[in-house]
Amino acid sequence: MAMTEQEILAGLGEIIDEIAGVPADQVTPDKTFIDDLDIDSLSMVEIAVAAQDKFGVEIPDEELKNLKTVQDVVVFVQRSGVSA
Amino acid sequence: MGILDGKRILVTGVLTDSSIAFHVARVAQEQGATVILTGFGRLSLVERIAKRLPDPPPVLELDVKSSEQLDSLAERVRAHVSGLDGVVHSIGNAPQDAMGGNFLNTSWEDVAAALHVSTYSLKSLTMAALPLMGAGGSVVGFDFDAAVAWPGYDWMGVAKAGLEACARYLARDLGEQRIRVNLVASGPVRTMAAKSIPGFERFEPIWGQRAPLGWDISDAGPAARACVALLSDWFPATTGEIIHVDGGVHAVGA
Ligand SMILES: NC(=O)c1ccc[n+]([C@@H]2O[C@H](COP(=O)([O-])OP(=O)(O)OC[C@H]3O[C@@H](n4cnc5c(N)ncnc54)[C@H](O)[C@@H]3O)[C@@H](O)[C@H]2O)c1
Repeated sequence: MAMTEQEILAGLGEIIDEIAGVPADQVTPDKTFIDDLDIDSLSMVEIAVAAQDKFGVEIPDEELKNLKTVQDVVVFVQRSGVSA
Repeated sequence: MGILDGKRILVTGVLTDSSIAFHVARVAQEQGATVILTGFGRLSLVERIAKRLPDPPPVLELDVKSSEQLDSLAERVRAHVSGLDGVVHSIGNAPQDAMGGNFLNTSWEDVAAALHVSTYSLKSLTMAALPLMGAGGSVVGFDFDAAVAWPGYDWMGVAKAGLEACARYLARDLGEQRIRVNLVASGPVRTMAAKSIPGFERFEPIWGQRAPLGWDISDAGPAARACVALLSDWFPATTGEIIHVDGGVHAVGA
């Protein structure tokens, strides 16, 4: 069964808190990773790795640079995570 | 039966699962080796990636610019294995100003930083691991053919020319201790380090047009397997050598 947006957002919040030290309650859909959350490119790579471990969805490198906001990742995970 | 059965191998340079070192660690484990990793900077990422190996290995911190970390390396490795049979140097970095067409204006500070991490570290890593290789061993590093000048590679190319010479001098001075030192000159592979080279995309068509065997820029497997072969007992009389794993590009003029 596919995860809901809320579940993905909560999971992503935990990941970002752990990796980049951004409190999960600040991880809202409209935030951009680079400008709003101050997350660098290597942290983004780690977030993608952790997201794959957690959601079972691989975020390829070419895709990663297009995912600018929290919502972008949520949508990507939801679309790809058919059986998550 | 694997060609590294019973061998203990220290692998530096794993950062993501695209890292050449990740594939070396994977193939080495598949061939029977016990692997220890070292990581630099973002250890939490390296640890996550280590869990994707067939048998997740321990990860030790190692910044090759830190003499303290180099000095304590042997002791830290001994907490996991009693000695080493092989060491893989898969480390390279240059400041942005040292690559991408700024060759004539790069400052010495930036050149020095590139040489420290990418060239001198082959010597410092080998010496740090030497106390663990009492029974001899194999050291393998990764080169990008430094016989010619490449677009954008600039001072990293100078660092690789230095790495080639460094490997020969190490081979000379460590032969008596039965330590072999060789390099794998890989064709371009899309890794984090590669993506930091401005104009790296230009290598792809060069290899596409020239490699007699063809070349897949997303596959670190061939370079990793050559490295594992050099770590094995199947190159017992080879040292100071550079094995080109580049689809044959080095051998053709155009
Ligand atoms: N990717 C290519 O096209 C290619 C081709 C030929 C040779 N190489 C060489 O292969 C080796 C591995 O690079 P890669 O392409 O797998 O990229 P990579 O980015 O995955 O690996 C480079 C590694 O160097 C490490 N490093 C950087 N500074 C360090 C320091 N101060 N101390 C310790 N480690 C440090 C990084 O942590 C990283 O793990 C490098 O020597 C590179 O020059 C790469």
